[in-house]
Amino acid sequence: MALSKRKRAAYLRYAQYALIVLVVAVIAFAADWASLRDSFFKPDLVREQFPDILKTALKNTIIYTACGFVFGLLLGLVLALMRLSSIGPWRWLSTAIIELFRGLPALVVFLALGPGFSRAFPDYEIPGGGLGVATLALGLVGGAYMAETIRAGIQAVPKGQMEAARSLGMSHSRAMISIVIPQAFRIILPPLTNELILLTKDSSLIYILGLSLDEYDLTKWGREGMNSAANLTPIIVVGLCYLLITVPLSIVVRRMEAKSERAR
Amino acid sequence: MTTWSTGEPHVPSDRSTAAIDVQQLHKYFGSNEVLKGIDFHVGVGEVVCVIGPSGSGKSTLLRCVNMLETPTSGKIFVEGDEITDPDADVDKLRSRIGMVFQSFNLFPHMTVLRNLCIAQQRVKGRSKSESVEIARANLAKVGLSEKEDAYPAHLSGGQSQRVAIARALSMEPDMMLFDEPTSALDPELVGDVLQVMKDLASEGMTMMVVTHEMGFAREVGNKLVFMDGGVILEEGVPAEVLANPQHERTQGFLSKVL
Repeated sequence: MALSKRKRAAYLRYAQYALIVLVVAVIAFAADWASLRDSFFKPDLVREQFPDILKTALKNTIIYTACGFVFGLLLGLVLALMRLSSIGPWRWLSTAIIELFRGLPALVVFLALGPGFSRAFPDYEIPGGGLGVATLALGLVGGAYMAETIRAGIQAVPKGQMEAARSLGMSHSRAMISIVIPQAFRIILPPLTNELILLTKDSSLIYILGLSLDEYDLTKWGREGMNSAANLTPIIVVGLCYLLITVPLSIVVRRMEAKSERAR
Repeated sequence: MTTWSTGEPHVPSDRSTAAIDVQQLHKYFGSNEVLKGIDFHVGVGEVVCVIGPSGSGKSTLLRCVNMLETPTSGKIFVEGDEITDPDADVDKLRSRIGMVFQSFNLFPHMTVLRNLCIAQQRVKGRSKSESVEIARANLAKVGLSEKEDAYPAHLSGGQSQRVAIARALSMEPDMMLFDEPTSALDPELVGDVLQVMKDLASEGMTMMVVTHEMGFAREVGNKLVFMDGGVILEEGVPAEVLANPQHERTQGFLSKVL
Protein backbone atom coordinates (compact mmCIF):
# COMPACT_ATOMS: atom_id res chain seq x y z
CA MET A 1 0.00 0.00 0.00
CA ALA A 2 2.51 2.55 -1.14
CA LEU A 3 0.21 5.34 -2.16
CA SER A 4 1.79 8.61 -3.11
CA LYS A 5 0.75 11.64 -1.12
CA ARG A 6 -1.13 13.08 -4.05
CA LYS A 7 -3.01 9.82 -4.71
CA ARG A 8 -4.00 9.53 -1.08
CA ALA A 9 -5.40 13.07 -1.14
CA ALA A 10 -7.38 12.23 -4.28
CA TYR A 11 -8.91 9.09 -2.72
CA LEU A 12 -9.79 11.03 0.39
CA ARG A 13 -11.59 13.56 -1.77
CA TYR A 14 -13.54 10.85 -3.62
CA ALA A 15 -14.54 9.34 -0.27
CA GLN A 16 -16.02 12.65 0.77
CA TYR A 17 -17.98 13.01 -2.46
CA ALA A 18 -19.31 9.48 -1.99
CA LEU A 19 -20.38 10.26 1.57
CA ILE A 20 -22.32 13.33 0.45
CA VAL A 21 -24.06 11.41 -2.33
CA LEU A 22 -24.95 8.65 0.11
CA VAL A 23 -26.50 11.06 2.64
CA VAL A 24 -28.55 12.78 -0.06
CA ALA A 25 -29.73 9.43 -1.42
CA VAL A 26 -30.78 8.16 2.02
CA ILE A 27 -32.74 11.33 2.68
CA ALA A 28 -34.36 11.21 -0.73
CA PHE A 29 -35.49 7.60 -0.34
CA ALA A 30 -36.31 7.56 3.33
CA ALA A 31 -38.31 10.79 3.44
CA ASP A 32 -42.05 10.70 3.04
CA TRP A 33 -42.24 13.42 0.41
CA ALA A 34 -46.00 13.53 0.20
CA SER A 35 -46.47 14.19 3.90
CA LEU A 36 -43.54 16.60 3.95
CA ARG A 37 -45.09 18.57 1.15
CA ASP A 38 -48.47 18.58 2.88
CA SER A 39 -47.13 19.96 6.13
CA PHE A 40 -44.47 22.33 4.76
CA PHE A 41 -45.35 23.25 1.22
CA LYS A 42 -49.03 22.82 0.44
CA PRO A 43 -49.50 24.34 -3.01
CA ASP A 44 -52.96 25.82 -2.36
CA LEU A 45 -51.74 27.35 0.91
CA VAL A 46 -48.76 28.81 -0.89
CA ARG A 47 -51.04 30.30 -3.51
CA GLU A 48 -53.31 31.70 -0.82
CA GLN A 49 -50.48 33.82 0.63
CA PHE A 50 -50.09 35.88 -2.50
CA PRO A 51 -50.30 38.71 -3.22
CA ASP A 52 -51.22 39.96 0.26
CA ILE A 53 -48.03 38.71 1.91
CA LEU A 54 -46.03 40.94 -0.43
CA LYS A 55 -48.36 43.92 -0.27
CA THR A 56 -48.65 43.93 3.53
CA ALA A 57 -46.14 41.77 5.37
CA LEU A 58 -43.06 42.08 3.16
CA LYS A 59 -43.72 45.79 2.66
CA ASN A 60 -44.10 46.36 6.42
CA THR A 61 -40.94 44.42 7.25
CA ILE A 62 -39.00 46.55 4.76
CA ILE A 63 -40.50 49.76 6.15
CA TYR A 64 -39.77 48.86 9.80
CA THR A 65 -36.24 47.82 8.92
CA ALA A 66 -35.54 50.86 6.74
CA CYS A 67 -36.81 53.32 9.36
CA GLY A 68 -34.90 51.55 12.13
CA PHE A 69 -31.74 51.47 10.03
CA VAL A 70 -31.86 55.16 9.08
CA PHE A 71 -32.48 56.21 12.68
CA GLY A 72 -29.79 53.78 13.84
CA LEU A 73 -27.31 55.15 11.32
CA LEU A 74 -27.85 58.74 12.45
CA LEU A 75 -27.71 57.70 16.10
CA GLY A 76 -24.61 55.61 15.43
CA LEU A 77 -22.88 58.55 13.75
CA VAL A 78 -23.70 60.86 16.65
CA LEU A 79 -22.55 58.24 19.19
CA ALA A 80 -19.34 57.63 17.22
CA LEU A 81 -18.52 61.35 17.10
CA MET A 82 -19.29 61.64 20.82
CA ARG A 83 -17.01 58.67 21.44
CA LEU A 84 -14.18 60.44 19.58
CA SER A 85 -14.85 63.79 21.26
CA SER A 86 -12.20 65.46 23.35
CA ILE A 87 -14.89 66.28 25.93
CA GLY A 88 -14.95 63.54 28.56
CA PRO A 89 -18.66 63.51 29.48
CA TRP A 90 -19.64 63.01 25.81
CA ARG A 91 -17.35 59.98 25.64
CA TRP A 92 -18.73 58.52 28.87
CA LEU A 93 -22.36 59.07 27.88
CA SER A 94 -21.81 57.53 24.47
CA THR A 95 -19.96 54.54 25.92
CA ALA A 96 -22.80 53.97 28.39
CA ILE A 97 -25.48 54.10 25.68
CA ILE A 98 -23.49 51.81 23.38
CA GLU A 99 -22.81 49.24 26.09
CA LEU A 100 -26.42 49.31 27.27
CA PHE A 101 -28.07 48.70 23.91
CA ARG A 102 -25.40 46.33 22.64
CA GLY A 103 -25.72 44.26 25.76
CA LEU A 104 -29.52 44.03 25.92
CA PRO A 105 -31.40 41.49 23.77
CA ALA A 106 -33.41 43.27 21.10
CA LEU A 107 -36.54 41.63 22.49
CA VAL A 108 -35.98 43.34 25.86
CA VAL A 109 -35.66 46.71 24.13
CA PHE A 110 -38.91 46.10 22.24
CA LEU A 111 -40.64 45.08 25.49
CA ALA A 112 -39.34 48.15 27.30
CA LEU A 113 -40.39 50.58 24.57
CA GLY A 114 -43.72 48.88 23.79
CA PRO A 115 -45.67 47.48 26.73
CA GLY A 116 -43.09 48.77 29.23
CA PHE A 117 -43.32 52.38 28.11
CA SER A 118 -47.10 52.52 28.00
CA ARG A 119 -47.30 51.06 31.52
CA ALA A 120 -44.64 53.38 32.91
CA PHE A 121 -46.02 56.52 31.24
CA PRO A 122 -49.73 55.90 30.71
CA ASP A 123 -50.32 59.53 29.70
CA TYR A 124 -47.76 59.47 26.90
CA GLU A 125 -47.27 57.34 23.87
CA ILE A 126 -44.43 56.93 21.42
CA PRO A 127 -45.47 58.75 18.23
CA GLY A 128 -46.01 56.67 15.12
CA GLY A 129 -47.60 53.65 16.79
CA GLY A 130 -46.04 50.32 15.90
CA LEU A 131 -43.76 51.93 13.33
CA GLY A 132 -42.58 54.49 15.87
CA VAL A 133 -41.70 51.85 18.46
CA ALA A 134 -40.02 49.65 15.83
CA THR A 135 -37.97 52.58 14.53
CA LEU A 136 -36.87 53.53 18.02
CA ALA A 137 -36.10 49.99 19.20
CA LEU A 138 -34.33 48.83 16.05
CA GLY A 139 -32.54 52.19 15.82
CA LEU A 140 -31.24 51.96 19.38
CA VAL A 141 -30.04 48.39 18.99
CA GLY A 142 -28.61 48.92 15.50
CA GLY A 143 -27.20 52.34 16.36
CA ALA A 144 -25.23 50.94 19.29
CA TYR A 145 -23.57 48.40 16.99
CA MET A 146 -23.08 50.84 14.12
CA ALA A 147 -21.52 53.45 16.44
CA GLU A 148 -18.52 51.19 17.01
CA THR A 149 -18.30 50.38 13.31
CA ILE A 150 -18.43 54.05 12.34
CA ARG A 151 -15.86 54.98 14.99
CA ALA A 152 -13.51 52.32 13.63
CA GLY A 153 -14.12 53.61 10.10
CA ILE A 154 -13.32 57.20 11.06
CA GLN A 155 -10.14 56.06 12.79
CA ALA A 156 -9.18 54.01 9.72
CA VAL A 157 -9.01 57.14 7.53
CA PRO A 158 -5.31 58.11 7.36
CA LYS A 159 -4.36 61.00 9.65
CA GLY A 160 -2.90 62.85 6.67
CA GLN A 161 -6.39 63.40 5.28
CA MET A 162 -7.42 65.49 8.28
CA GLU A 163 -4.06 67.29 8.21
CA ALA A 164 -4.37 68.12 4.52
CA ALA A 165 -7.89 69.43 5.04
CA ARG A 166 -6.83 71.52 8.05
CA SER A 167 -3.79 72.84 6.16
CA LEU A 168 -6.20 74.17 3.52
CA GLY A 169 -7.97 76.16 6.23
CA MET A 170 -10.93 73.86 6.89
CA SER A 171 -12.23 73.74 10.45
CA HIS A 172 -12.21 70.41 12.26
CA SER A 173 -15.93 69.85 11.73
CA ARG A 174 -15.79 70.93 8.08
CA ALA A 175 -12.93 68.50 7.46
CA MET A 176 -14.90 65.74 9.21
CA ILE A 177 -17.99 66.35 7.07
CA SER A 178 -16.31 66.85 3.69
CA ILE A 179 -13.21 64.69 3.92
CA VAL A 180 -13.11 62.14 6.74
CA ILE A 181 -16.69 60.85 7.14
CA PRO A 182 -17.29 60.18 3.40
CA GLN A 183 -14.12 58.09 3.31
CA ALA A 184 -15.03 56.33 6.57
CA PHE A 185 -18.38 55.27 5.12
CA ARG A 186 -16.70 53.77 2.09
CA ILE A 187 -14.56 51.66 4.38
CA ILE A 188 -17.48 50.46 6.50
CA LEU A 189 -20.09 49.90 3.79
CA PRO A 190 -19.81 46.07 4.01
CA PRO A 191 -20.25 45.85 7.82
CA LEU A 192 -23.09 48.41 7.64
CA THR A 193 -24.89 46.26 5.10
CA ASN A 194 -24.43 43.28 7.39
CA GLU A 195 -26.06 45.32 10.14
CA LEU A 196 -28.98 45.98 7.79
CA ILE A 197 -29.40 42.21 7.33
CA LEU A 198 -29.38 41.70 11.11
CA LEU A 199 -31.96 44.45 11.58
CA THR A 200 -34.19 42.88 8.93
CA LYS A 201 -34.36 39.79 11.09
CA ASP A 202 -34.67 41.69 14.37
CA SER A 203 -37.68 43.55 12.94
CA SER A 204 -39.63 40.29 13.50
CA LEU A 205 -39.66 41.14 17.22
CA ILE A 206 -42.34 43.71 16.53
CA TYR A 207 -44.85 40.84 16.98
CA ILE A 208 -44.92 41.50 20.74
CA LEU A 209 -46.56 44.90 20.23
CA GLY A 210 -50.03 43.69 19.33
CA LEU A 211 -50.48 44.91 15.80
CA SER A 212 -53.51 45.42 13.60
CA LEU A 213 -53.73 43.29 10.47
CA ASP A 214 -52.36 45.94 8.13
CA GLU A 215 -49.36 46.44 10.45
CA TYR A 216 -48.30 42.77 10.33
CA ASP A 217 -44.68 42.11 9.47
CA LEU A 218 -43.55 38.87 7.85
CA THR A 219 -43.08 36.84 11.03
CA LYS A 220 -46.39 37.88 12.59
CA TRP A 221 -48.09 37.19 9.27
CA GLY A 222 -46.57 33.72 9.14
CA ARG A 223 -47.50 32.84 12.73
CA GLU A 224 -51.10 33.87 12.21
CA GLY A 225 -51.26 31.96 8.94
CA MET A 226 -49.68 28.92 10.54
CA ASN A 227 -52.18 28.94 13.39
CA SER A 228 -55.26 29.38 11.23
CA ALA A 229 -54.22 26.78 8.64
CA ALA A 230 -52.74 24.35 11.19
CA ASN A 231 -49.93 23.92 8.71
CA LEU A 232 -46.31 25.07 8.44
CA THR A 233 -46.57 26.26 4.84
CA PRO A 234 -47.15 29.97 5.64
CA ILE A 235 -44.02 30.14 7.78
CA ILE A 236 -41.99 28.55 4.98
CA VAL A 237 -43.24 31.19 2.55
CA VAL A 238 -42.36 33.86 5.10
CA GLY A 239 -38.86 32.40 5.40
CA LEU A 240 -38.44 32.61 1.65
CA CYS A 241 -39.58 36.24 1.76
CA TYR A 242 -36.84 37.03 4.31
CA LEU A 243 -34.30 35.39 2.05
CA LEU A 244 -35.64 37.52 -0.79
CA ILE A 245 -34.44 40.57 1.19
CA THR A 246 -31.28 39.25 2.81
CA VAL A 247 -29.65 37.16 0.07
CA PRO A 248 -29.37 40.06 -2.42
CA LEU A 249 -27.92 42.19 0.39
CA SER A 250 -25.36 39.46 1.14
CA ILE A 251 -24.40 39.34 -2.51
CA VAL A 252 -23.96 43.12 -2.53
CA VAL A 253 -21.72 42.89 0.54
CA ARG A 254 -19.58 40.18 -1.03
CA ARG A 255 -19.22 42.21 -4.21
CA MET A 256 -18.18 45.29 -2.24
CA GLU A 257 -15.65 43.30 -0.25
CA ALA A 258 -14.18 41.80 -3.40
CA LYS A 259 -13.99 45.26 -4.94
CA SER A 260 -12.23 46.83 -1.97
CA GLU A 261 -9.85 43.85 -1.94
CA ARG A 262 -8.95 44.59 -5.56
CA ALA A 263 -8.52 48.29 -4.88
CA ARG A 264 -5.90 47.52 -2.25
CA MET B 1 19.60 76.78 -15.18
CA THR B 2 18.88 79.96 -13.36
CA THR B 3 21.73 81.86 -11.81
CA TRP B 4 19.80 84.43 -9.86
CA SER B 5 19.22 82.16 -6.92
CA THR B 6 22.74 81.45 -5.77
CA GLY B 7 22.90 85.14 -5.08
CA GLU B 8 22.59 87.76 -2.47
CA PRO B 9 23.16 86.96 1.18
CA HIS B 10 19.99 87.22 3.18
CA VAL B 11 19.42 90.51 4.94
CA PRO B 12 17.33 89.94 8.06
CA SER B 13 14.20 92.01 7.86
CA ASP B 14 12.12 93.21 10.77
CA ARG B 15 9.11 91.23 11.95
CA SER B 16 6.51 93.17 10.01
CA THR B 17 7.99 92.09 6.68
CA ALA B 18 8.82 88.55 7.78
CA ALA B 19 6.68 85.82 6.27
CA ILE B 20 7.55 83.38 9.04
CA ASP B 21 9.18 84.34 12.32
CA VAL B 22 9.81 81.60 14.89
CA GLN B 23 11.03 82.61 18.34
CA GLN B 24 12.40 80.31 21.04
CA LEU B 25 10.31 77.37 19.87
CA HIS B 26 10.27 74.30 22.09
CA LYS B 27 8.34 71.15 21.29
CA TYR B 28 8.07 68.04 23.41
CA PHE B 29 6.52 64.72 22.42
CA GLY B 30 5.90 63.33 25.87
CA SER B 31 9.20 63.74 27.67
CA ASN B 32 11.16 63.79 24.42
CA GLU B 33 12.27 67.30 23.46
CA VAL B 34 12.37 67.41 19.65
CA LEU B 35 12.79 71.17 19.26
CA LYS B 36 15.12 72.87 21.70
CA GLY B 37 14.62 76.59 21.38
CA ILE B 38 14.50 77.30 17.66
CA ASP B 39 14.83 80.83 16.28
CA PHE B 40 13.99 80.81 12.63
CA HIS B 41 13.08 83.34 10.02
CA VAL B 42 11.77 83.36 6.45
CA GLY B 43 11.56 86.70 4.67
CA VAL B 44 8.87 87.54 2.12
CA GLY B 45 9.82 86.03 -1.24
CA GLU B 46 12.59 83.93 0.25
CA VAL B 47 13.17 80.25 -0.39
CA VAL B 48 14.54 78.64 2.77
CA CYS B 49 15.60 75.00 2.65
CA VAL B 50 15.88 72.99 5.86
CA ILE B 51 18.13 69.94 5.83
CA GLY B 52 19.30 67.51 8.46
CA PRO B 53 19.29 63.86 9.42
CA SER B 54 15.99 62.17 10.18
CA GLY B 55 14.84 62.84 13.71
CA SER B 56 16.51 66.24 13.70
CA GLY B 57 13.16 67.99 14.17
CA LYS B 58 13.02 69.67 10.75
CA SER B 59 9.57 68.31 9.84
CA THR B 60 8.25 69.12 13.30
CA LEU B 61 9.49 72.70 12.89
CA LEU B 62 7.67 72.97 9.56
CA ARG B 63 4.49 71.45 10.97
CA CYS B 64 4.56 73.89 13.88
CA VAL B 65 4.49 76.84 11.48
CA ASN B 66 0.89 76.07 10.51
CA MET B 67 0.06 74.55 13.88
CA LEU B 68 -0.38 70.96 12.72
CA GLU B 69 1.82 70.42 15.76
CA THR B 70 1.13 72.61 18.77
CA PRO B 71 4.36 74.10 20.13
CA THR B 72 5.08 73.46 23.79
CA SER B 73 6.43 76.98 24.17
CA GLY B 74 7.67 79.82 22.03
CA LYS B 75 6.03 82.09 19.51
CA ILE B 76 5.42 81.84 15.79
CA PHE B 77 4.41 84.83 13.70
CA VAL B 78 2.99 84.48 10.20
CA GLU B 79 3.14 87.79 8.32
CA GLY B 80 3.19 89.53 11.67
CA ASP B 81 0.17 87.66 13.08
CA GLU B 82 0.91 85.37 16.00
CA ILE B 83 -0.47 81.94 15.05
CA THR B 84 0.52 80.57 18.48
CA ASP B 85 -1.73 83.12 20.19
CA PRO B 86 -4.57 81.17 21.87
CA ASP B 87 -7.04 83.69 20.44
CA ALA B 88 -5.70 83.48 16.88
CA ASP B 89 -8.04 82.31 14.13
CA VAL B 90 -5.81 79.40 13.16
CA ASP B 91 -8.09 78.21 10.34
CA LYS B 92 -7.98 81.61 8.72
CA LEU B 93 -4.20 81.93 9.07
CA ARG B 94 -3.75 78.43 7.66
CA SER B 95 -5.65 79.34 4.52
CA ARG B 96 -2.80 81.79 3.80
CA ILE B 97 -0.21 79.04 4.19
CA GLY B 98 -0.11 76.32 1.55
CA MET B 99 1.28 72.96 2.60
CA VAL B 100 2.60 70.03 0.60
CA PHE B 101 3.11 66.66 2.31
CA GLN B 102 5.55 63.87 1.67
CA SER B 103 2.64 61.44 1.19
CA PHE B 104 0.57 63.86 -0.99
CA ASN B 105 -2.63 63.40 1.06
CA LEU B 106 -4.92 63.99 -1.89
CA PHE B 107 -8.56 63.28 -1.12
CA PRO B 108 -9.07 59.85 -2.73
CA HIS B 109 -12.86 60.07 -2.95
CA MET B 110 -12.79 63.16 -5.16
CA THR B 111 -11.64 63.89 -8.68
CA VAL B 112 -8.53 66.00 -9.17
CA LEU B 113 -10.67 69.04 -9.99
CA ARG B 114 -12.81 68.56 -6.88
CA ASN B 115 -9.63 68.20 -4.80
CA LEU B 116 -8.65 71.65 -5.99
CA CYS B 117 -12.09 73.21 -5.55
CA ILE B 118 -13.45 71.90 -2.26
CA ALA B 119 -11.49 74.17 0.09
CA GLN B 120 -11.92 77.17 -2.20
CA GLN B 121 -15.67 76.77 -1.93
CA ARG B 122 -15.94 75.65 1.70
CA VAL B 123 -13.27 77.92 3.19
CA LYS B 124 -13.07 80.92 0.87
CA GLY B 125 -16.72 80.82 -0.14
CA ARG B 126 -15.91 81.03 -3.81
CA SER B 127 -18.57 80.14 -6.36
CA LYS B 128 -18.33 76.91 -8.29
CA SER B 129 -17.41 78.60 -11.55
CA GLU B 130 -14.81 80.84 -9.94
CA SER B 131 -13.18 77.97 -8.08
CA VAL B 132 -13.13 75.77 -11.19
CA GLU B 133 -11.48 78.56 -13.15
CA ILE B 134 -8.75 79.01 -10.53
CA ALA B 135 -8.32 75.24 -10.23
CA ARG B 136 -7.90 74.80 -13.98
CA ALA B 137 -5.32 77.60 -14.10
CA ASN B 138 -3.28 75.89 -11.38
CA LEU B 139 -3.59 72.47 -13.00
CA ALA B 140 -2.27 73.98 -16.21
CA LYS B 141 0.59 75.49 -14.24
CA VAL B 142 1.71 72.05 -13.00
CA GLY B 143 1.14 70.58 -16.46
CA LEU B 144 -1.76 68.28 -15.59
CA SER B 145 -4.78 69.88 -17.26
CA GLU B 146 -5.75 66.60 -18.87
CA LYS B 147 -6.07 64.91 -15.46
CA GLU B 148 -8.87 67.04 -14.00
CA ASP B 149 -11.42 64.20 -14.10
CA ALA B 150 -9.02 61.51 -12.85
CA TYR B 151 -9.15 60.11 -9.33
CA PRO B 152 -5.95 60.24 -7.25
CA ALA B 153 -5.60 56.43 -7.35
CA HIS B 154 -4.94 56.70 -11.09
CA LEU B 155 -2.10 59.19 -10.79
CA SER B 156 1.60 58.45 -10.50
CA GLY B 157 3.46 59.73 -7.47
CA GLY B 158 4.89 62.66 -9.38
CA GLN B 159 1.49 63.59 -10.78
CA SER B 160 -0.07 63.26 -7.32
CA GLN B 161 2.46 65.62 -5.82
CA ARG B 162 1.98 68.18 -8.59
CA VAL B 163 -1.79 67.99 -8.03
CA ALA B 164 -1.16 68.49 -4.31
CA ILE B 165 0.89 71.59 -5.10
CA ALA B 166 -1.87 72.86 -7.41
CA ARG B 167 -4.42 72.20 -4.65
CA ALA B 168 -2.42 74.29 -2.19
CA LEU B 169 -1.91 77.05 -4.79
CA SER B 170 -5.64 77.19 -5.52
CA MET B 171 -6.14 78.75 -2.10
CA GLU B 172 -3.83 81.54 -3.33
CA PRO B 173 -1.58 81.34 -0.27
CA ASP B 174 1.07 83.90 0.58
CA MET B 175 3.63 81.20 1.33
CA MET B 176 4.17 77.49 0.82
CA LEU B 177 5.49 74.84 3.19
CA PHE B 178 6.99 71.70 1.65
CA ASP B 179 7.55 68.66 3.88
CA GLU B 180 9.99 66.40 2.00
CA PRO B 181 7.90 66.72 -1.18
CA THR B 182 10.03 64.36 -3.26
CA SER B 183 11.02 61.76 -0.65
CA ALA B 184 8.19 59.37 -1.52
CA LEU B 185 8.79 59.55 -5.28
CA ASP B 186 10.56 57.24 -7.68
CA PRO B 187 13.81 58.91 -8.73
CA GLU B 188 12.72 59.53 -12.31
CA LEU B 189 9.63 61.42 -11.12
CA VAL B 190 11.47 63.81 -8.80
CA GLY B 191 12.48 66.18 -11.59
CA ASP B 192 8.94 67.15 -12.60
CA VAL B 193 8.03 68.09 -9.04
CA LEU B 194 11.25 70.04 -8.50
CA GLN B 195 10.65 71.90 -11.77
CA VAL B 196 7.21 73.00 -10.56
CA MET B 197 8.80 74.18 -7.30
CA LYS B 198 11.52 76.06 -9.19
CA ASP B 199 8.90 77.81 -11.31
CA LEU B 200 7.05 78.75 -8.16
CA ALA B 201 10.24 80.16 -6.60
CA SER B 202 11.00 82.20 -9.69
CA GLU B 203 7.53 83.77 -9.45
CA GLY B 204 8.56 85.06 -6.04
CA MET B 205 6.63 82.64 -3.82
CA THR B 206 7.80 82.50 -0.22
CA MET B 207 8.81 78.92 0.44
CA MET B 208 10.01 76.83 3.36
CA VAL B 209 11.25 73.48 2.10
CA VAL B 210 12.29 70.51 4.20
CA THR B 211 14.24 68.43 1.73
CA HIS B 212 17.09 66.08 0.96
CA GLU B 213 17.51 67.56 -2.52
CA MET B 214 20.82 69.39 -2.11
CA GLY B 215 20.82 70.35 -5.79
CA PHE B 216 17.51 72.12 -5.38
CA ALA B 217 18.70 73.81 -2.19
CA ARG B 218 21.84 75.09 -3.89
CA GLU B 219 20.16 76.19 -7.06
CA VAL B 220 16.90 77.68 -5.81
CA GLY B 221 17.34 78.36 -2.11
CA ASN B 222 18.22 81.78 -0.70
CA LYS B 223 19.09 80.27 2.63
CA LEU B 224 20.04 76.82 3.85
CA VAL B 225 19.40 75.73 7.44
CA PHE B 226 21.03 72.65 8.90
CA MET B 227 19.28 71.08 11.88
CA ASP B 228 20.37 68.26 14.13
CA GLY B 229 19.12 67.10 17.51
CA GLY B 230 16.39 69.72 17.70
CA VAL B 231 18.62 72.75 17.20
CA ILE B 232 19.76 74.80 14.21
CA LEU B 233 23.49 74.16 13.93
CA GLU B 234 24.28 76.22 10.88
CA GLU B 235 22.60 78.48 8.39
CA GLY B 236 23.68 80.60 5.48
CA VAL B 237 23.85 80.96 1.72
CA PRO B 238 23.28 77.44 0.35
CA ALA B 239 26.30 77.29 -1.94
CA GLU B 240 28.59 78.39 0.90
CA VAL B 241 27.16 76.04 3.51
CA LEU B 242 27.27 73.12 1.11
CA ALA B 243 30.79 73.87 -0.12
CA ASN B 244 32.29 74.92 3.18
CA PRO B 245 30.31 73.68 6.18
CA GLN B 246 31.57 75.13 9.48
CA HIS B 247 30.08 72.76 12.01
CA GLU B 248 31.54 69.30 12.30
CA ARG B 249 28.12 67.59 12.26
CA THR B 250 27.16 69.50 9.11
CA GLN B 251 30.38 68.27 7.56
CA GLY B 252 29.58 64.71 8.60
CA PHE B 253 26.03 64.88 7.27
CA LEU B 254 27.00 66.47 3.96
CA SER B 255 29.83 64.02 3.39
CA LYS B 256 27.24 61.23 3.56
CA VAL B 257 24.59 62.73 1.30
CA LEU B 258 26.58 64.60 -1.33
